[in-house]
Amino acid sequence: MSTTTVTSPAPADRDPADTAPAGKGPRRGERSLAGSLTSHGILVVASLIALFPIAWLVYLSLGPDKDDYLHPGDILGKMTFDNYSFVLQHTPFFDWMWSTLLVSLGTTVIGVLVAATTGYAVSRMRFPGYKKFMWVLLVTQMFPVAVLMVPMYEILSELQLIDNYLGLILVYCSTAVPYCAWLLKGYFDTIPFEIDEAGRVDGLSPFGTFARLILPLAKPGLAVAAFYSFITAFGEVAFASTFMLSDTKYTFAVGLQSFVSEHDAQRNLMAATAVLVAIPVSAFFYLVQKNLVTGLTAGGTKG
Amino acid sequence: MTVVIDRATGKRRGERAPRPGRLQRMKHSYQRYWYAYAMIAPVVVVLGVLVLYPLARGIYLTFTDATSLNSARTIGVNHIDATYKFIGLDNYADILWGPTAYDRFWSHFIWTIVWTALCVLLHYVIGLGLALLLNQKLRGRTFYRLILVLPWAVPTFVTVFGWRFMLADGGIINSMLDAVHLRSPLWLEDTFWQRFAAIMVNTWCGVPFMMVSLLGGLQSIDGVLYEAAEMDGANAWQRFRHVTLPGLRSVSSTVVLLGVIWTFNQFAIIFLLFGDTAPDAQILVTWAYYLGFGQQPRDYAQSAAYGVLLLSILIVFTSVYRRWLARNEQQLAI
Repeated sequence: MSTTTVTSPAPADRDPADTAPAGKGPRRGERSLAGSLTSHGILVVASLIALFPIAWLVYLSLGPDKDDYLHPGDILGKMTFDNYSFVLQHTPFFDWMWSTLLVSLGTTVIGVLVAATTGYAVSRMRFPGYKKFMWVLLVTQMFPVAVLMVPMYEILSELQLIDNYLGLILVYCSTAVPYCAWLLKGYFDTIPFEIDEAGRVDGLSPFGTFARLILPLAKPGLAVAAFYSFITAFGEVAFASTFMLSDTKYTFAVGLQSFVSEHDAQRNLMAATAVLVAIPVSAFFYLVQKNLVTGLTAGGTKG
Repeated sequence: MTVVIDRATGKRRGERAPRPGRLQRMKHSYQRYWYAYAMIAPVVVVLGVLVLYPLARGIYLTFTDATSLNSARTIGVNHIDATYKFIGLDNYADILWGPTAYDRFWSHFIWTIVWTALCVLLHYVIGLGLALLLNQKLRGRTFYRLILVLPWAVPTFVTVFGWRFMLADGGIINSMLDAVHLRSPLWLEDTFWQRFAAIMVNTWCGVPFMMVSLLGGLQSIDGVLYEAAEMDGANAWQRFRHVTLPGLRSVSSTVVLLGVIWTFNQFAIIFLLFGDTAPDAQILVTWAYYLGFGQQPRDYAQSAAYGVLLLSILIVFTSVYRRWLARNEQQLAI
């Protein structure tokens, strides 16, 4: 299911027009006008709710004063891109971008590389300890920030890795690796078993089968796992806020907070930065979202 | 040789009847599965180094009185060694039934349970409703779906600030409420409204994931089943009740479990929405963070103890949930 494109038409909705006896109320798939209007009405309202906070942020980012959010009507008359040019020229925006990309990409590469063979093994083989291992993968999804943060902070302090990109990447891998293994298992489950068997009959070793036959087929799954790791690292707040100390090493998630201190809230600049961050990420999301029906819920009936 | 398993039963071919000795068995299983172990080795190593070792240290810390004042630290060039000492289970006793335990732990505990239950319920119900609507033959279906996943597409730390501007005193939401002469609550200051706002924002962020997952589930239900139900004279509600819901069962059980885990551990929304300003709206995760990193001196031991308690709650919940599913002949996606 992890590859189902949600846009595909619902399966097998055959029109029973030629078989249904006449005079039997409305058929399924044929709704009354009122029903159709109700559906549209609800969806329009839901879409507006989904859209509004983001649209509002964009709108506020065009207001030049930091208090414009209090009287938004005034912005209409003085819309300007000044906030954007200020953010790009006079704030550490590009430092943050570099930090964020480095940490997110590092996490993604390590996460997917380490997890790929594991996802395959748990999808295809029932070795002794398999159940326990899957259980461990599930439990590591549950680690609240609070469990690992204190000891991680201690360990990284000893290794001089606080305020260091590698330290943050390692922290993120503790979540990304089991998560990717889980996702990839779901994806490998959708690849027919016969392919492995054919490979084995032709004399490939398990590793050969994996590398030559399954990996090329699993590219979309790898892409989804990579995207997920990237997004998770990109948006993480707790560790990034605590472990990164110098403002040039902030990720966006921390940098954005630094606009609002106790003394001064530069909300206009914050809104502009938020928009600049959100646009590429969201665009990227829409590119891959066709494959984003998550592998986590794939093959939900398999034991 | 490969291990081919019959997927339906999970039984391996060639199970031999008498069980040989333990050592024999280990050797045999090693020979037979060495490549499976080789393939999971990288993850085992990573988890051992990055999760189990810190976890063990964290658990040890909970038995000490470590704070930022007595931990090992480096000030300038001077390295100061740790001086914290072992105090056994005192931290746990203090958290669970020490003085003011209600204000420090139980009140947050209750709020966390309420928060998780309400959020997951709202996510699921709204997500399912929208998925059902999007599963019809409707003009503009694709367009609606693109808009509706927006809250999931934009990073949370961005959208939370959007909400903060809207909820601020004098922000758009209160202006609108004033315009229609309703009492405008102090969203970011009054405890009840803080909690209300937190649930509202989290619901807004979490619905798209549920919607997309459930829509995928709906589309995998065979249309023939609906036709058969219709032949038998089932009305719309009966079709929903006896075809749609059972068809969604496996997807539902998985997304609900994930939803509970994620919501229980939801850090970013509450942290960014209130900062340090709302002690009563903090769920256990953010409260533990505050104890460990948000105050001076930092109370590492207490924070770690909260973390261990949280993890225990989650593990107990998941075990019970899985048993309950097993009793109902359900399987999670593992």
